[in-house]
Amino acid sequence: MEDSIKPTNELEAIDMLHRYNQDMLPQKFGKAGKIWVIILCVIIAFGLFNYVRQLRQGLSITGLSDTVSWGIYISNFVFFVAVSLVGSLITAVLYLLNVNWRAPLTRISEVIAVAAIMFAGIIIIVDMGRPDRILNMFIHGRIQSPIVWDVIVVMTYMVISILLLYFPLLPSIAFCRDTLTNIPKWQKKMYTLLSLGWKNKPEQYKLVKRAVTILSVMIIPVALSIHTVTSWLFATTYRPGWDSTNFGAYFVAGAFMVGAAAVIAGMSVLRKFYARYDEYFTDKHFDRMGKLLVLLSFVYLYFTVNEYFIPGYKMKGEEGAHLRELFIGQYAPMFWAVQLFGMIIPIIVLMFERGRKPVPIFIMSIFVIIGAWFKRYLIVVPTMLHPFLPLQQIPESAKHYFPTLAEWSITTASLAGALLLITLFVRYFPIISIWEVAEERGIPHDTIYEHLNEKS
Amino acid sequence: MSHNSDETNKHTEGEHSGRRDFLKFGLLTAGLTAVGGGLTKVFSEEADSGEKVKVLTTDGMLVEVDAAHLKKHDCCGASPDKSREGIPGKKYVMVIDLSRCKNALKCQKACQKHHLLPEQDKWLKVYKMQDAPEASPYWMPKPCLHCDKPPCVKVCPVDATFKRSDGLVLIDNERCIGCRFCMAACPYSTRTFNWEEPLQPANVADMSYSPETSTPRKKGTVEKCDFCPDMLKQGKLPHCVSSCPNGVYYFGDANEDTVTNGDETLRFKQLLKDKAGYRYMESLGTEPSVYYLPPVNRLFPFEEEEPEEKTDEKAEQKS
Repeated sequence: MEDSIKPTNELEAIDMLHRYNQDMLPQKFGKAGKIWVIILCVIIAFGLFNYVRQLRQGLSITGLSDTVSWGIYISNFVFFVAVSLVGSLITAVLYLLNVNWRAPLTRISEVIAVAAIMFAGIIIIVDMGRPDRILNMFIHGRIQSPIVWDVIVVMTYMVISILLLYFPLLPSIAFCRDTLTNIPKWQKKMYTLLSLGWKNKPEQYKLVKRAVTILSVMIIPVALSIHTVTSWLFATTYRPGWDSTNFGAYFVAGAFMVGAAAVIAGMSVLRKFYARYDEYFTDKHFDRMGKLLVLLSFVYLYFTVNEYFIPGYKMKGEEGAHLRELFIGQYAPMFWAVQLFGMIIPIIVLMFERGRKPVPIFIMSIFVIIGAWFKRYLIVVPTMLHPFLPLQQIPESAKHYFPTLAEWSITTASLAGALLLITLFVRYFPIISIWEVAEERGIPHDTIYEHLNEKS
Repeated sequence: MSHNSDETNKHTEGEHSGRRDFLKFGLLTAGLTAVGGGLTKVFSEEADSGEKVKVLTTDGMLVEVDAAHLKKHDCCGASPDKSREGIPGKKYVMVIDLSRCKNALKCQKACQKHHLLPEQDKWLKVYKMQDAPEASPYWMPKPCLHCDKPPCVKVCPVDATFKRSDGLVLIDNERCIGCRFCMAACPYSTRTFNWEEPLQPANVADMSYSPETSTPRKKGTVEKCDFCPDMLKQGKLPHCVSSCPNGVYYFGDANEDTVTNGDETLRFKQLLKDKAGYRYMESLGTEPSVYYLPPVNRLFPFEEEEPEEKTDEKAEQKS
């Protein structure tokens, strides 16, 4: 097994450390990397342009109406919050369970989590009619409102996630500071500043480890809270389709699933574009993440069945009208496509060992991610089109919802923004935590502390 | 910016003194014919114009001030802070008699006109309802139900929408952040949103804002039927009630146990008892302040196509 190579003596261990270091040095973008960044920047620029238009003209540039007053900004927010849960899954849950293959995955999942939760915050501000009054949340905040709960837990989660990313990153930043010579002045300065004078001392490592343990315990309830509270933004209303006691568990299950898929996708891309990363993201890692994804998908399937089958059995009044629209009506193609491609097919494919090879699992994880985005669209929009009172005496445009180009552009810009943040992180920081990998692979602590940041 | 001068604030304190001040203010307005007429009066806040005007103060003094120094002022809506207190001793209720409604939509017209609402924003809607396939359809006017357990107020993160002691649910649109949670929470599709800068006369847009008049309307905020507190403070009926030709709407005070549709004044509880009054979707537990009387022994046969409805739909298609 590739991921359990253990050094037999100290010399070998030091050698391994040196090699890891070399592999992990941040690399300049190649041609593909540059094109990727340019594409992201263009999408973001177009989104920003449209957001400025929205600020001037108002939300009327969106397809929203008094009937569908929450649209893809909100479903995209839910998507971001869902993805961000992965940080806690890989970093905290697997860490506390002493899973011995998680170390190479921690940083990438924590970066995805931080990027996602930051853009969740940004997209929710985009949805506000009066973003200029955002401080009212703090001046006049009312604890009775689930939005205030959400602001509190999302901000807490963001802080803990950033710390969980940052603390284990300190040795890596110090390594960049000490090793990279041929770099611009600002970059050197950034490393010096961010490394907080890290000196590779055993006490420092011990402190970081203790902090990570404490944060890992803290982040789990907060992670469950962010998505549970986000589901309550819907479940605390009376609306058919949202008025569900199953919503918290259903949302959390879906979030773990899409988060795991996001990590698999991230691993795949890094392995493709960086030489020698296959030594860290091994086939074994894909296999295990695949199994984990199947497990999480089954949990999600269970809650999905509860969410739709039980009300579907009764087809009660307005709830029934809403479900009919999903099962056989206007939204049926999207609904069934999402169930099939976003859940059933990935479950079947990933149950086979051959399905968990890097290529098929990458495709499946993309299915899961896209399915998860549209799943959230289906949670938000059709319900808004089925209020208790009939859709009468409203303009024709308020009887349907289709996002406008501006709305799509702003939404994709937020997704591009999160991807750009992840990309830039990979460009400037080691995306694998060397010392944690070394630890996991049985290199003695003393050797790590002594030799980690050496040049070979 | 909400600098209502003292005299406006005073007349919120008690109805009695309110009327007196209102009269005085009326005199004041009459004395100044600079801009527009009617109940509202707007003055610009520019530098000295050189033009002096004589003003009668509330304590009876005649003073001369520069026209430009007069503060913006409107007569009937209190400042956002003052608007949070209800009219003392009142608990407003409405009873809608479905047997009298023929979808004439005069209520809606009056509402649109008084609140300066454009075609697409209707605070008062008249729904065509049918409770069972074999049952006869009927018209159901629906203002804001001003619930006693309002779901919209519960979810508001900034206390922008609030419940007053007199039963009214109002919105402070100088505080609203436009998150639209209240719109999602309201089971009655009552709330509308200003998706863009609302079209309104320039002199209205410059007025100081009051939740009691819901004017001037503000971009990026939520609004809804307010039961016309500016009318209530003058002891008058909301516009929908006074404009209905068929006496569909009864409005009044549950504490006094009296409701009136302008023509007849009845005992509130007795009316509900006699005509089997109910509240829409009682099972939700929101406890609306609006009651309905069932559409039995109707005044008019149900007619699908009212002329108003037709023109309505044409206008919709155009937009």
